[in-house]
Amino acid sequence: MTSQTETQTPIVPMFDAPEAQGRKLAIICSKGNLDMAYPGLILANAALGEGVETHLFFTFWGFDMINRKTSGHLKFTMLGNTATHLPQGLGGIPGMTHLATSQMKKAIADLDVPEVPDFLDQIVASGGHLWACRMSADMQHLTEADLRDDVEGIISASDFIELTDGAQLLFI
Amino acid sequence: MPITTIAGHAVEVNDEGFLTRPEQWSEDLGRELGRVIGIELTDEHWRLVRFLRDDFAHHGETATLRRVSTQTGTPVKSLFDLFPGKPAKKMAYVAGLPKPKGCV
Repeated sequence: MTSQTETQTPIVPMFDAPEAQGRKLAIICSKGNLDMAYPGLILANAALGEGVETHLFFTFWGFDMINRKTSGHLKFTMLGNTATHLPQGLGGIPGMTHLATSQMKKAIADLDVPEVPDFLDQIVASGGHLWACRMSADMQHLTEADLRDDVEGIISASDFIELTDGAQLLFI
Repeated sequence: MPITTIAGHAVEVNDEGFLTRPEQWSEDLGRELGRVIGIELTDEHWRLVRFLRDDFAHHGETATLRRVSTQTGTPVKSLFDLFPGKPAKKMAYVAGLPKPKGCV
C-alpha cells in the first residue's frame, strides 16, 4: 500500500523558475581527439535543453572540431590512454587507431548520438554559440573560410572572457 | 506519491509534478497540462505529443529531444519554438510521461 496525499493547489513543474533565468555556461574545447570532443558537446546540448545560454570556445586542437576539413574525421587512439586496459604496444600497430576510431564511432552511433558535425548542427539549432580562438587560427593559418559557417567569429581570449561574463566555465 | 487535481482530473504525480502513472493521461488532460505551463497546444504540438505517447508505449522510455527530432522529422529549432526553454521536459510533461533519461 502506498501512502497518498491529496494537495490543494495543483503541483506543476517549475519549468521557468526565476533562478534559472540568466544562467550562462562557457565551454572551452581544447582537444581534437574524438573521445575528448564529446564531453563538451554533450554538456552543451544538455545545458541548452535546460534553457541555459551556452557558448563554446574552440582553441588549440579543439579547432579540429570546427574545421570543415577535420570535423567529421576526429580520431580515437589507444596510445597514451591507459583506460583501454590493453598493452600500450598494441596501440602502435599500424591501423590500430583506425580500428579503435571505427569501434568508438559505432558505439556512439548505437546510442543514437550524432557524429561531431551533426552534433554541432544540433547545438546551433538549439541556440548554442560557437566561437573560434584567434591565436589558434593564426598558428594554424586558418581563416573563417576554413571553419563551419555557423562559427560566429574568430575572437581573442579576452573577447571570450568578456562575452561570457558571469558564466560558469568548463575547460575540456 | 501526491495526488493533484488538474482541471478536474485527479492524477498521481511526483514531487516535481510529472505524472507517475502514464495510463492516467488522456488527450483532454494533455491539453490542460499544456495550459498550466503556458502552452496552447496546436496540431503541430499534438503530432509530437502523440509520437511521445506512442514511442513510450513501444519502448517504455521517454524519447529524448534528439529522438523526437529524428523520428518525427522535426527540426530541433522548431521543437524549441513549440516548447520554449526546456523542450524535452515540457513535451514529456504534456504527454504525461517521466522526464527523458537519455543524455542526448
